Formats: sequence, C-alpha cells, structure tokens
Amino acid sequence: MNAHLLSMHDLSPDDVSRVLDTAESFREVGTRVIKKVPALRGRTVVNLFYENSTRTRISFELAAKRLSADVINFTTSGSSVSKGESLKDTALTLQAMGADAVVIRHSSSGAPYQLTKWLKGSVLNAGDGTHEHPTQALLDLYTMREKLGRLEGLRVAIVGDVLHSRVARSLSFGLVKMGADVTLVGPPTLVPPDAPAWGVQVSSDIDAVLPKLDVCYMLRVQRERQRQQFFPSVREYARLFGLTRARVGTLPEGCVIMHPGPMNRGVEIDSDVADLPQAVIEEQVTNGIAVRMSLLYLLLGAGGEERTDG
Amino acid sequence: MADATRFVFRGARVIDPSVGRDDISDVLVEDGRIAGLGSALDEGGAEIFDCSGLVLTPGLVDLHTHLREPGREDKETIETGSRAAALGGFTAVAAMANTDPVADNAAVVREVQALADRAGLCEVFPVGAITRGLAGEELAELGEMVEAGVRLFSDDGNCVPNARVLRNALRYATAFEEVVIAEHCEEPSLVEGGQMHEGYHSYSLGLVGRPREAEEVALARDLAIARMTGGRLHVCHVSSAGSIDLIRRAKQEGLRVSAEVTPHHLVFTDEDLVTYDTNLKVHPPLRTPEDRDALRVAVADRTIDVIATDHAPHAVEEKEAEFDQSPPGTIGLETGLAAVLTHLVEPGIVSLPRAIEALSSAPARILGATEQGGPLEPGAAANLVVFDPNVSWTVEPPFASKSRNSAFLGRTLTGKVVHTCFRGELVVADAKAQR
Repeated sequence: MNAHLLSMHDLSPDDVSRVLDTAESFREVGTRVIKKVPALRGRTVVNLFYENSTRTRISFELAAKRLSADVINFTTSGSSVSKGESLKDTALTLQAMGADAVVIRHSSSGAPYQLTKWLKGSVLNAGDGTHEHPTQALLDLYTMREKLGRLEGLRVAIVGDVLHSRVARSLSFGLVKMGADVTLVGPPTLVPPDAPAWGVQVSSDIDAVLPKLDVCYMLRVQRERQRQQFFPSVREYARLFGLTRARVGTLPEGCVIMHPGPMNRGVEIDSDVADLPQAVIEEQVTNGIAVRMSLLYLLLGAGGEERTDG
Repeated sequence: MADATRFVFRGARVIDPSVGRDDISDVLVEDGRIAGLGSALDEGGAEIFDCSGLVLTPGLVDLHTHLREPGREDKETIETGSRAAALGGFTAVAAMANTDPVADNAAVVREVQALADRAGLCEVFPVGAITRGLAGEELAELGEMVEAGVRLFSDDGNCVPNARVLRNALRYATAFEEVVIAEHCEEPSLVEGGQMHEGYHSYSLGLVGRPREAEEVALARDLAIARMTGGRLHVCHVSSAGSIDLIRRAKQEGLRVSAEVTPHHLVFTDEDLVTYDTNLKVHPPLRTPEDRDALRVAVADRTIDVIATDHAPHAVEEKEAEFDQSPPGTIGLETGLAAVLTHLVEPGIVSLPRAIEALSSAPARILGATEQGGPLEPGAAANLVVFDPNVSWTVEPPFASKSRNSAFLGRTLTGKVVHTCFRGELVVADAKAQR
C-alpha cells in the first residue's frame, strides 16, 4: 500500500480487500470490555480538522486510541488563509512534533495532496472539499460486504447531489474498482456530465432504478443548493428524488439502505425510512471505527515488519 | 564588454519574419543601431561574437506581461521583470494595467514609463485599463492615455461584463488611430468560483469548473460588438478549440481582430492538474489535449497571431496555499521562447520563422512598436536576440523574476537565449544578465 491514503485511486482491489479483512479482525476489539490493543503504542496520530466534523473526528480518535496511539486533535475553522497560518507552516509544525500520521479534513479539494509535500508521515484524507472521502467509502464497502456477502456484481444506486459529494466520488471509484454495478441518480444539474467515464451509469429517474437494487445509498442534500439554483425547491427535490416510504416499497427484498450522515430527514430520506431495519446507518458508524483502525494500522507499517505483539 | 557600443554577431542564422529573411549573416551593431547586415562587413575595431550554430532574430516582444509595479513590488518590479524579459530574449513587453493603483489614467502610465526607462533593460509599453479601476462600469480616460503613448487597452483578468460598456469602448477607441481593445474572454457567471477546465478531471478532482463555453460565449459576444463598432479587438490568451473556429470565421469575414495564446496553453492540459499543482492554475484554464492541439495548429496557420507569456508573478506563500485559495498565473518570460522551440518548432508543428513572427513581429505590429520586431536593416534600432536552438536545460530557481511560480518548474526545455541586445546594449551576454 502507498504511504498515504488521499484517494480511492491509491488503492488496488487487493489493497481494498486487505483493508476490509484487517478491519474484520479489529472489529472484535470494539466488542471487548477493554477495547484496546497495543499495535500503535508510541506512535502519534494528529487529527487536523479544518472543517467541523465531530463524527468523523471522533471515529478517527477512537480508532487511534483503540490501537494505543497518542492522539492530538487540532481543530480549526475556515481556510488557513483566513486563519493566518498557512497549511505549510501547520504541516511543518506537526512534522517538528513528530507526527507519524496526519488525518486531515479540509474544505479545499486537494489540501491533503499539498500536505504530503511537507510531511514525512502518512497523510489520511478524511474528506477534502468536494473531492474525496476515502475512509467513508471503505467503511461503506465494508458494510455492504458484511450485509450482502460480496461486492462484485452488487447493484448500487447513489442518489442525490453527486456533483458536490466527496462521498459519492470515493464510493463510486471504490465500487467500480471492486466490480460493482453503480448508478448515479439525481437531478441532471447535480450529476457530473462526464460521470459515465468513471465507469458508472447515470439516471434522473429514481423510480426506474429502485426495483433493481442491492444497495440504495442516499446522499445529503444541502439546502444551499436551492439558493444556487441547482433545483427549484427542497419540496420538489424531496418529491422527485427523496426516498419516501412509498418508494421503499418498490425496493427488492433484502435491499439495504445507507446514508453517510448527517441526514436531512424529510428531504433526501423520510424520517421513518431512516429508522427501518433495512437502513443500516448506525452500523456504518460502528464499522467506521474498525475500518479506520485497519487503515492506521496498515499505513503506519505495523502490518508488515515490527508488530510489537497482539 | 570591451566596447559596448560597437560589436558584431558573426555567422548566425538570421531570421527576420518581417521581411522574410532567413540566411547566414553577420550583424554589425554601432551606437545603438544596426550598422551593417550581410557578409564582409567593415568590422574594424568591433568586438566579435562568434554566433555559428546560433539564431539571431529581432528581439522578442511580449504582448501580455504583469510587472506588478506599482503595488505588488514583493512579487515583481519593473526592473526585475525587465531583467527576466531580457534573459528570455524580450526587448519589449506590454505591462498589464492591473496594478495598484490601476493604470487607468495617464499619471500611472507615465510612472510606469519612467520606472521602465530607469531600468533600461527593455522597452515597456504600459497597457491602459478600459474601465476605471477595472470595475467594468465606467470608461477610463482612454484619450488621455493615448496621448501618453498607450496603444493597447485591457481590463485583463476581468472580461468587461457589460456589453454596452464594451460597445462604447470599442466604438470610442476608433477615434484614435490603431488603438486596440484587448479582452479576457470568459463570461463571468459561467466561471464563478471556477478553478480549472470543466470536464472529466474537474469532476474527478472536485474542483469547480470553468467551462470552455464561458470563453466562447464571451468571445462570440465580443466579435459581434467588434463587427457593430468597427473597433479593433485583440483576444487575450485563447484556450479553446471552439474559440479558434470563431476567430477564424471573424478573420475571414474581415473583422479587425487579432488573438494571442500563451506557451503554457500550448504545452499543458487539464490532466496535468491531477496533483493539484498550483503553478498550473491559470485563467483561462489549461484545457484538453484536443484544445491544445488545435491551438498549436492555429499558431501555424496564423489564426492566432501572437504567442504572449501572460507572465504573472505571485508570492511563494500565495502559491503554496490550498488550490482554491491560490491566485491564478504562472511566470513565463524566462521560459517562453524555449517552450515554443521545444514543443512547437522541434516537433515540426510550427516553423522557426513563424514562431519568431508570433513572438516578435506580430506583437510589435499590434503594439505599434516601431523599433521592435524588425525589419533588421542598417539604421534600425539594435533590438536583437541571439539564441542557441539546441541546448537543453532544466527549469529551476533562481529566476531573474522575483517570483518562482513557473508552470515549467522541473521540466527540461531545449533552446536558450545567449545574447539580448537592447538599443545596442548587450543587456544579456553569454546567457547572463549584465546588470
């Protein structure tokens, strides 16, 4: 595996399987009374969050702590430009403090790439602008594999604001890589015209897509997109593309409903749909810790040479 | 230099596109002027520079340079920019108006001219703003700037957003002989927040796009207004294949339109942005290989008249910021000629005389720069460049420019300026700036 995880393109299909298999072995740790292994004892993981994201930060923090790493949270809002200290200077500071891995969340696409120029340690992309969110994609792949037993040949729809969604990008790249059959669904203004070049299909008719799915993956739709005229109203969006109770009835038996959170109940997903048994949204969260443990473990080299013990 | 006022370049391949000359000749320079051209010149007492294997042409003329002074002297000054120009083989540059204060009045224009004269390393033609403060609303005092010597007006960086304002600018400018209105063509509402060419790569990289249609929409509007007003329109840094079709048709129709392209648009594509290299962030953006190839052909067939660098210095810390926070632009004076030689002339897409025409005679004509761009003949001002078309070098700091945001950093180019002669003075000799 590469030293960094910036994009799903950094991983081969074998790498993805290895990450998911390793996560499988770590998930058991979360069920113990003492939820901790010493795999990364003495290593330092920095959570560098330029965007407020409590859930992702906590997930990474728990993952690192369960591996016995020392964890530092560095949270700041806005761009480094408005803050005064540049991304480079922050990176050099973390480097000087001996960070072995930096988990970065940033509102600018590509910021994790720039970080790698100044840091010797591993960089993990925890979401950059509208680019990618590879750890989310991996936990989603893990959840799908766990629920449905395979990834190859799975029929998955990703529904919503694909254009602005880093989750949709990473998940599309990951699913295509693993041989799944992906359809992006949304208003044409919110689906990139060139998306078929990613190896996916595109539709603006959710009702035609739903009856043929193994996974229905709903994306969060920001109300801001209405102001930007990507669609006329939230009401119309919910009517045309929302996962309503009636639409759930057209899903095949066994189809799983997923959402990366946080949800806009009543917009992209009806409130009682989110609480159905086939909606596995909390399991995604639980699996996120194991997958992030797996990534930290593999990227920090503990999987290869000097495994301290078990 | 032993004798700075009298010397001879011996045995160079002399290319002068303004008169179609391409032969091996000697060029004698005396007291700032060309004193002789040919063979068996009376060289008595002149210092001799052996130029066998080298090419001698009229000094290059950059129609699109940002010298940043006044206002951002931390990025570039007229002196450092002039030195970068000289090292790149340029004996004249057109200095864009987006300084602080903006060059939208004769006072700033005269200040730029005075600073350029003091540096004395190349001729500087201040470009005037079309509108006050580059705001696109009220016409700047074009006539007063014409009196101060301005020939080219541009709100560069900003496409004049209001069609009526542009109409009046183009029409008003017909009062003055040979005044040119230069436009950065990108429809503002289609490029809001845009970081790179809109297409497969922008969608994959999660960067807001600047579609080629933004350029084509604005260009189509501008051509229609040029037709309606009879004004002279110059199209800055053309980037899309569709724009070339529009320009080609406008020229066939007889509109008074000229166009330029930058070396970086002739070399790079949007695919080169996959590592988020901010030195490749430019406006208009780098487009697809198909666009780039169409631009190359358009230089060869003269649909595009001029190659201009759009030299845009930026501070290191600005270019080391996040991609969407980083200002657009690349420096280009010190790499322009080599980029053209390497990527257009060497592969046989554009002939060497045509490349020199696009870098020298054509921009000199648009600027009305009578001492630039040839013809090389006895009595003419000695503005010359001598370069080695075969030597390879790697682009890396230090630069003569105060900034180092080069799109070409780390790349190998072929062709290097050996001597630059400005008004008879060797401002660059043996590839080194002399002062």
